[in-house]
Amino acid sequence: MKKILMMGAAICLALGLSLPALAAVQVEDEAYYTRFKGQGKSINVHNWGEYIADGSDGYLDVVKEFEELTGIKVNYTTFSTNEEVYARLRNGGANYDILVPSDYMVARMIREGMLEKLDFDNLPNFKYIDESFHNPNFDPTNEYSVPYTWGTVGIIYNTMMVDEQDLGSWDLLWNAKYMKNILMFANPRDDFGIALKRLGYPMNPENPQQLQEALELLKEQKPLVQAYVMDEIFDKMIGGEAAIAPYYAGDAITMMQDNPDLGYFVPEEGTNRFVDAVVIPTCAQEKECAEMFINFLMEPEVAASNISYIGYSSPNNGALAIMPKEITGNKIAYPDDEVIAKTEGWIDLSPEMNLAVDAAWTELLSTDEQYSRWLIPIMMLVCIIMSITINVSRAYRKRRDRKYADQLPPRTR
Amino acid sequence: MKTKTPALPYVLWMIIFTVIPLALVAFYAITDPQGHFTIDYISQVGEYTPVLVRSIWLAAVSSVISLLIAYPLAFWISRRAWNHQRTMVMLVMLPMWMNFLLRTYAWMTILEKNGLINRFLGLFGIGPLELIYTPGAVVLGMIYNYLPAMILPLYSIMTKIPNSIIEAAQDLGCNTWDVLWKVLVPLTVPGISTGVIMVFVPSVSTFIISRMLGGGGNLLIGDLIELQFLGNAYNPNLGAAISLVLMVLILLCMSVTNQFGDEEKGEMLK
Repeated sequence: MKKILMMGAAICLALGLSLPALAAVQVEDEAYYTRFKGQGKSINVHNWGEYIADGSDGYLDVVKEFEELTGIKVNYTTFSTNEEVYARLRNGGANYDILVPSDYMVARMIREGMLEKLDFDNLPNFKYIDESFHNPNFDPTNEYSVPYTWGTVGIIYNTMMVDEQDLGSWDLLWNAKYMKNILMFANPRDDFGIALKRLGYPMNPENPQQLQEALELLKEQKPLVQAYVMDEIFDKMIGGEAAIAPYYAGDAITMMQDNPDLGYFVPEEGTNRFVDAVVIPTCAQEKECAEMFINFLMEPEVAASNISYIGYSSPNNGALAIMPKEITGNKIAYPDDEVIAKTEGWIDLSPEMNLAVDAAWTELLSTDEQYSRWLIPIMMLVCIIMSITINVSRAYRKRRDRKYADQLPPRTR
Repeated sequence: MKTKTPALPYVLWMIIFTVIPLALVAFYAITDPQGHFTIDYISQVGEYTPVLVRSIWLAAVSSVISLLIAYPLAFWISRRAWNHQRTMVMLVMLPMWMNFLLRTYAWMTILEKNGLINRFLGLFGIGPLELIYTPGAVVLGMIYNYLPAMILPLYSIMTKIPNSIIEAAQDLGCNTWDVLWKVLVPLTVPGISTGVIMVFVPSVSTFIISRMLGGGGNLLIGDLIELQFLGNAYNPNLGAAISLVLMVLILLCMSVTNQFGDEEKGEMLK
């Protein structure tokens, strides 16, 4: 019975995803999903922007489907960086039930005790998750997280502006021929990861020495870099403003659809494989409802709809089985095993290392001119003294003026 | 006037949303994450001197250029007929109706390598010039965004200067230059100082302009603070310390402005 259903879904999807998403999601165990119906429960979901199928282009409206199936209301909000989520949780006052941070942030949250352990009895659909994503290095015992999407980092280039013999390695980003035509990430982990990889070190720096060498390499590259950007890469690469940019594979596919001149490769030295995972923070109010939502996200039909909408790669074998071959056969989204074998995942750095990475990043982005360390304290002191002098002298003058104003006869105009 | 009750809501508002946050910033700046007293973070700010100097320099340049653009314009507007003045002021305000990010984003499209200016110059075989991702582009963004803040105070003070004063000066033998320096400028000093502050203070602490028009390759002090709070290392103490340094700088600007404002009143008394 299940097979027939799945085949039906596969045919629907294969026949073009333009079918209206009115048909409710077919789930195996309806009783599991309907047990909170009518209790007026609600969950707060905090996800990346544009990171869930919303009913457009014929995909499912996942949030609405979930609400209709379970009767649980979903308050859906979005964020744009991992650090933003972290800061929000650390500041307190947040009450999210579901978060979707990236690998290294999951690890950091686990270390700092910010996440709830998941009850995998409530997550029967975990069986669909591919073995290679079980016990990932950011969650070694696989107690806190369920993978949502994954992808690799590679180099997107404009075939009209880049010579073919220059391709193949991270060296392309240091090629002086493309001066001011190179874009880099505006986040430290990705940039330092690339520099470390080019030096032959692990992408997660192990000691300050490696970090320092990577910093020197990036400083050497800085004159060649047009700008440090994130999502602006879409506009810049599609519009031909820049020739070369490292970015995420899923986004590369999107860009190549808009500009056929663009090409993509994964450097031979190896690259980063990132995973965005679903977790429940300790501030969650409705843990069981949240687990139900996570389980719903792993329903093959739902996962297939989400991943088709997002354009990243899916760890869900059930979803991959029902998706069209054009998507699952795309070597950019689902690279060969030998490429995967050379990838590294982010791990959580120690607090000291995190500070060192941030300091190095600031140093990279600061101007090179040298000023004395004492300039700021001295300037502050001068500023304070000047402010006080000005205010005191004014008060003094005012008092003097008032005194004279009393003594002098009123002036005639 | 005797009773202070009507001011109570504002006083409460100010205590909760101005005084307490300021105290918190100061507290964070002089403590470590465990809450112990330390001046490490303040002294660490010294490492970022180049960033601070660059921010101050760019903000100062944009203030001066804004003043040079706004002064003649404000004078010109203030000499028009009243209904014309209203239209002009509205035109000055018009860009402010649009979202700040959108306005800056528009400049990206204009300055880009395949942007409007370079495409236009390309017609004559010039360029492409490197316009975006330069300090000049950042200054341009600051001027464009904050120019209304310079024009408005200047305009409002200039409308109060009657034509008769200028005519009197001319009657008494002042040439145009003397009218400007001996009559107009002294009378408009409060407007100038308010305008300079209104441009300088937001420019020195801006963080998105430098990222969008400066390419993110050269941080300004605002970017640095943002990085401490929303960045990888999450270091609010250092962020607070940098803010504190910035606040001292702005305090000085404010004192200087007040000084000018007061002198003006003083002169009028005499």
